[in-house]
Amino acid sequence: MSQTGEILIGLVVLIGALISALSAFGLVRLPDVYLRSHAATKSATLGVLFILAGVFLYFAFYLEHVSAKLLLGIVFVFITAPVAGHLNGRAAYRSGVPLWERSVQDDWSVSIKKEREKQ
Amino acid sequence: MALQILLNLIIAFVWMFLYNDWSVPRFTVGYLLGVICIGLLSRFWPHDFYMKRLWAVMKLLILFVKELFISSFAVMLQIIRPRLEIRPGIFALETELTSDWEITVLSCLICLTPGTLTLDVGRDGRTLYIHAMDIEDAAELSKQIKGTFERAIMEVTRS
Repeated sequence: MSQTGEILIGLVVLIGALISALSAFGLVRLPDVYLRSHAATKSATLGVLFILAGVFLYFAFYLEHVSAKLLLGIVFVFITAPVAGHLNGRAAYRSGVPLWERSVQDDWSVSIKKEREKQ
Repeated sequence: MALQILLNLIIAFVWMFLYNDWSVPRFTVGYLLGVICIGLLSRFWPHDFYMKRLWAVMKLLILFVKELFISSFAVMLQIIRPRLEIRPGIFALETELTSDWEITVLSCLICLTPGTLTLDVGRDGRTLYIHAMDIEDAAELSKQIKGTFERAIMEVTRS
């Protein structure tokens, strides 16, 4: 039983590492800031969550140490990652970083123009 | 709602006083008893029974985790596909939520849905500008967001 448990936990950590690697690959591959932050916020969050969960399970079952810090870490990453993605995207757009040339639609530019005219 | 929780705690402590027993199991029994009492008398309260709201919060959390999984796999599939076949774009979404807290939760949830990322909240606090990874049909996408997230958040805040 303990052997299979170890293998399962190892698999969880491995999946987390794979997801993180894929999201790093996405950072290289995708064409503009906004698409890159898609890859950075979602997949990287999930990867970190998997790794931390695997570590938590291993500590809890095999070293008999329930680590509340790891759980807190999971919660914090979960809350802050989307906010970081949102702020990156917003700052980039406000300072005039263009969208990818094959983008289809841009509703925001209209309202930003109106806002600038008002000032 | 805070008042109901406070009353529940008071009932639990009274139960502990009655038995003169200061242990966790006694407290738990008293708390459960309090839940039953407040649940039975819930129509005398101006607000709903607070367990109902707790259940709505749980449902929102489960939705959050589910969407995180779906969205990261969707993004990863797009990344490892040999040719990029995405059509990104920004669309505006009118929301019916009003308070700052509700809008914050909604935009955090949108950041974790399949291929969408909140870029800005309009000055009026009613419009969200969302960058979508694959904007097949903005109306369809916004209807989906409204159907799932807005309803779940509303269940928590105004039941």
